Amino acid sequence: MTSAFRMNPDGLQRLLALLQQMDYETIGPTMSGDAITYDRIASISDLPVGWTDEQAPGIYRLVRGDDREYFGYTLPAQSWKRFLYPPFRKLFSIKKNGKSLELDEAESGTAKYAFIGVRACELSAISIQDKVFNLGEYRDDNYLSLRKKIFVVAVNCSHAGDNCFCTSMKTGPGAKHDFDIALTEILKEGDHYFIAEAGTEAGSAIIEMIGPGKATDDEIAAADNVVRETAAHITKSMDTRGLPELLADNLEHSQWEDVAKRCLTCGNCTMVCPTCFCSTVEDATDLSGQVAERFRRWDSCFTMDFAKVSGGNFRISPKSRYRQWLTHKLSSWVDQFGVSGCVGCGRCIAWCPVGIDLTAEVKAIRGTSVKQEKEV
Amino acid sequence: MIESPVADNEIEAVNAMTPALAAIRRVTWETDDTFTLLIDPPLMNGRPFSFRPGQFNMVYAFGLGESAISISSDPAKSNSLAHTIHRVGTVTSALSRLRRGDTIGLRGPFGTAWPLEEAVGKDVCIAAGGIGLAPLRPVIYTLISRRKEFGRIVILYGARSPLDLLYRVELEEWSKVPNTEVIITVDRGDSSWKGHIGVVTALFSYIKMDSPSTIAMVCGPEIMMKYTYEELERRGLSQEQIYISMERNMKCGVGLCGHCQFGPRFICKDGPVFRLPQVRHLLDKKEI
Repeated sequence: MTSAFRMNPDGLQRLLALLQQMDYETIGPTMSGDAITYDRIASISDLPVGWTDEQAPGIYRLVRGDDREYFGYTLPAQSWKRFLYPPFRKLFSIKKNGKSLELDEAESGTAKYAFIGVRACELSAISIQDKVFNLGEYRDDNYLSLRKKIFVVAVNCSHAGDNCFCTSMKTGPGAKHDFDIALTEILKEGDHYFIAEAGTEAGSAIIEMIGPGKATDDEIAAADNVVRETAAHITKSMDTRGLPELLADNLEHSQWEDVAKRCLTCGNCTMVCPTCFCSTVEDATDLSGQVAERFRRWDSCFTMDFAKVSGGNFRISPKSRYRQWLTHKLSSWVDQFGVSGCVGCGRCIAWCPVGIDLTAEVKAIRGTSVKQEKEV
Repeated sequence: MIESPVADNEIEAVNAMTPALAAIRRVTWETDDTFTLLIDPPLMNGRPFSFRPGQFNMVYAFGLGESAISISSDPAKSNSLAHTIHRVGTVTSALSRLRRGDTIGLRGPFGTAWPLEEAVGKDVCIAAGGIGLAPLRPVIYTLISRRKEFGRIVILYGARSPLDLLYRVELEEWSKVPNTEVIITVDRGDSSWKGHIGVVTALFSYIKMDSPSTIAMVCGPEIMMKYTYEELERRGLSQEQIYISMERNMKCGVGLCGHCQFGPRFICKDGPVFRLPQVRHLLDKKEI
């Protein structure tokens, strides 16, 4: 950390207010029923202060943590994906005019979001979706138009969840890139403050406006220690050596049958995944039949109709649908976009109703890989 | 703000998800369940419509949705655009009810093309099954209009029955082009049928191929393509000389919706036309 500042909790409120004055819609973690989700926040009192989460395969629970801590949880239920890539979006409306049609294209998103509390793994997820939606000749203009306007306040992780494996995916727990401001929350012997670091000029300018003092060497060391301690407490791991090839070589491994016995093909994993990007389109007409609209909606490769064509269905079995998801995420994604589709956030593990853990599936395949069997 | 993934001026003004509107000039029924829409080509993003043989459009039927349909007209004729469509689902049924002057939406052209330039100076073997002849018709038009640039042309075509044969008049015309052979087979004949009966692959026994200098272009049901490329390989063609055109569920046509994935490939943008080694290892596996 070259220029780190010490900011008290009221500085965090000042940061929110400044962003709001700059016409940013401030989005951050907030309580929603029995979960923490990302939503509009007006002030720091909307943050889940004093709450932390327990996560395990198929399990997500909120429990009381340190009463003062604003960012004491691991990860909210949903990712930032729904803001940059809305789950449901109108593409156009079209109406009949005699034999001809008149088309009215929907406007691209105009919202200007400030994301407060982005985790390191989620920064990686956003940079992965940047590649997905901006590759080659055709791009998702709506994503890009929202994306280029965001202001990102990252918050380094101070609690390792049981489903976290960012250290294996080399995405966390400390934010290294793609933020305007990165914060580390420190609770130490009755002292409560944030270490703020700017990642961009815009971030620098705002820190200056808040006017915090320079952090001392001890305070900087304390912040570094938070990230180091979190990393040390991450217990889950995934061996990524040769992983794309391993899965591509094992498309007929018996483990796919095994996981298919457990998988409900509900698609939860794809909804909570911060990088899954599949979508479908929906058409609707009004009662007169004269006006129609077309929408894009998130879709999941687990749905029965995903690979259906008029002449048949290319992926009927749950086995083939789970295999499509996992091999895409960890193997063919690399062929397509040059990076893995997994950031190690563990949401797919927590929100799987039967607790399927992709790291365990990978481990099982690696343990009895056909390639390895040949070598034996 | 953090570094933008694209500079402002790089963002295309064009939304690939918005169709251009086009009027139908004529509807021709090719068979009981297959028809051709002849369309006035619309301006696509302000430019005249042009395409390469093998490419497809997303064809929109008002209020019901889109289907990915290959383009089956002559790419040299810029004043008309044709789609031959098999009436099977909701969208294609709606399209089948349209008449002259009705309007449809079009997005495209998308996808890869048949390897015309690679075929220059070589023999060309075209093998089509059923509606698979439609995406091959533009390449046949081009081969014939540039006839001298290619060696022998063989067109092998199989349909379910004599009444299911597409483009019968044109098949007859093509067979009269010098050094061009058209051989047709049907699964089931009828009282008037005097031609071949059986699968497309059986037709290979009637032709001689100069294997080292042949380019094969194959389109039909996946099982037909599989038997065809296996037969071509037995006859000495390498995988590199064989091209196939594939079909999958498509929602966007531009690599953004994820539906058409086949292993690492997006059928919509990496295909639909593939050189066989790009997909061969996956075609042998079920439910990829």
